Amino acid sequence: MKFSNYLKAIDEVSIYPLISLLLFVTVFVGVVIYMYSLDKNQIDERANIPLK
Amino acid sequence: MEKFYYDNKIVKQFGVATLFWGIVGMLVGVLIAFQLAFPALNFGIPYTSFGRLRPVHTNAVIFAFVGNAVFAGAYFILQRVLKTRLFSDLLSKIHFWGWQFIIVFGAITLVMGYTSGKEYAELEWPLDILITLIWVVFGINMFGTILRRRERHLYVSIWFFIGTWVTVAMLHIVNSFQIPFSWIKSYSFYAGVQDALVQWWYGHNAVAFFLTTPFLGLMYYFVPKAADRPIYSYRWSIIHFWALIFIYIWAGPHHLLYTALPEWAQALGTVFSIMLILPSWGGMLNGLFTLRGAWDKVREDPILKMLVVSLTCYGMATIEGPMLSLKNVNAFSHYTDWTVAHVHIGALGFNGFMIFAMLYYLVPRMWNTTLYSRKLANAHFLISTVGILLYAIPMYWAGFAQSLMWKKFTESGQLQYQFLETVTHIVPMYAVRGVGGLLYWIGAFYAVYNLYKTMKQGRFLANEPDEAMPLSAQPLPTQKMHWHTAIERKPVQLLVLSLVVVAIGGLVELVPTFLIESNVPTISSVKPYTPLELLGRDIYVREGCYTCHSQMIRPFRDEEMRYGEYSKAGEFIYDHPFQWGSKRTGPDLHRIGGKYPDSWHFTHMRDPQEISPGSIMPAYPWLIKNDLYTANTPAKIRAMQKLGVPYPEGYDQICIQDLRLQADSIALALNAAQIKTSGDKEIIALIAYLQRLGTDVKK
Repeated sequence: MKFSNYLKAIDEVSIYPLISLLLFVTVFVGVVIYMYSLDKNQIDERANIPLK
Repeated sequence: MEKFYYDNKIVKQFGVATLFWGIVGMLVGVLIAFQLAFPALNFGIPYTSFGRLRPVHTNAVIFAFVGNAVFAGAYFILQRVLKTRLFSDLLSKIHFWGWQFIIVFGAITLVMGYTSGKEYAELEWPLDILITLIWVVFGINMFGTILRRRERHLYVSIWFFIGTWVTVAMLHIVNSFQIPFSWIKSYSFYAGVQDALVQWWYGHNAVAFFLTTPFLGLMYYFVPKAADRPIYSYRWSIIHFWALIFIYIWAGPHHLLYTALPEWAQALGTVFSIMLILPSWGGMLNGLFTLRGAWDKVREDPILKMLVVSLTCYGMATIEGPMLSLKNVNAFSHYTDWTVAHVHIGALGFNGFMIFAMLYYLVPRMWNTTLYSRKLANAHFLISTVGILLYAIPMYWAGFAQSLMWKKFTESGQLQYQFLETVTHIVPMYAVRGVGGLLYWIGAFYAVYNLYKTMKQGRFLANEPDEAMPLSAQPLPTQKMHWHTAIERKPVQLLVLSLVVVAIGGLVELVPTFLIESNVPTISSVKPYTPLELLGRDIYVREGCYTCHSQMIRPFRDEEMRYGEYSKAGEFIYDHPFQWGSKRTGPDLHRIGGKYPDSWHFTHMRDPQEISPGSIMPAYPWLIKNDLYTANTPAKIRAMQKLGVPYPEGYDQICIQDLRLQADSIALALNAAQIKTSGDKEIIALIAYLQRLGTDVKK
């Protein structure tokens, strides 16, 4: 891979799994918070879209 | 109120294509299943040999049967939950006929032996471009429809379709990078470990985003429709979507445990695979709980029965998958029929039954009638369920039995079984599996007959009327909108956000492997293939040898004793494409070089049973008769040079001379062993390649 010459300065590969875990937890927590903040009427309305 | 018409014609076309390709693809599956029990069914000709038909089966089932079903379902659902006709009839038409052309052209090229040699991505470069174009057409048609909608909110099924579209586009493009050397053939842009990582990042996510996410889109629509009640928890469905697409994309490396892939990437694959249990089971339970209070209907309604078994199979496959990703389980399961059983629980149970349930639901509605025979549909359910069991149980048994036999030592520390003994032991299981597949196929045939009769008795409604208020006339909600609610109403933002979420996983996984040289330590004795070996390798790829043989010895005592020193990442740096394989129906070949004389290979390829009685390998008599095509060797060398393989400058001009010299020396050795042949036959190149395999590190 020729472009590797320019970018191979990236080291500390072990940081990648940590970043990934952090990202995942952030997204997951965000979605859970959102889910609980939803209004019941809004939810019911959306869930009923296919049955309209 | 505005009046408009749903386009049922395109749904009908994709639905009929689903049934047609389902029957064809499964029939090829039944044939290759029996080929493993009765090798005579390979018929001694190239076009019907296992190595070529296996990719026809997998591609036909995944992209033709499942693909057409996804398009039928998505086009049906999009119109109804968005309250609008599809964006463009012309684009629908191009999409349909373009996809069918790809399938037919693809099947022909695969049977002819034109393959990229990468599992589930075998189609060659012109077809890859065509797939991209048709996928874009599908995308424009879908987004055009979404933008013209009369329903403010995007129902969760739509999110799954959007996630599918954007991720499949990304996976297909990244995995299809290749350098063409003729109008139909190319070499993978990536080599060895990198090619393996990209391929399984693609391969795993083909399962995730072609076989799973669109089916969850179908599930979230058809389960509520069939049960006539809303989904159990819409909140769960939101978590299900984001968690699933975010986690799935990371799990690819679990296909490469204990291989030469860097350790950190393997660990990443395992961790994310375990995390996948949560969203997968959340989704399954969400579907099953929707049937609360409707279980009495499940007893009688074949559609609900199929949906229940489909979701149960989804649950089983998604708990089994993470278990198979544990390194200690994978050490035992990998390369065996356990994997085959696992994927067929998903394909026959989850995908197959979801598709048939969908068709049993759609056809009577679009033809304005009732199902021709509920009894026949119930019979279909029964026979196909028995078929799944008869398929899966022998394969699990075969997987366990073979792995135990591979790893069994005698008291004196020798391997107890020859590889061939572990094969002949499981041949009866292969035969029963074939019967299981046949039963499932008969069930599918019941469906074809039943749906045909339903169509005959009804009247097809090509344009179905409905009415809804235009979006501009609908009042905006008075309460403050949550940020996510806003996103759910903006399909383009949803698309971009999905892309960001799936791209993160891809980048973190792929980039370090490409950029950091320490991930693939070089070995100075590893040299490029000679021109003759390169041609032999192309024949190896053409005949689909990788469908039964691995080239990756894992660092285990039994594997090192059976095959030789374990495989190192640096040994594959000139392998465009990699040929590690994923299944050992036959033994590993990475260190086959120098193990047997040339004459052994010659006789073995002509008739494997002559050398190994009881072997289930097909015979390859055509390799002995066919002249080796050498005219494009310079083009191949030039393509390899472009990819960074260090052939000397101008080598393409003289490579044929080297090729002839090496070929003649092999032919002479064969003549000396009383075998009549000449240096210009295909078998000579294949022998040259096999004898080279894994020998560099011994130098």
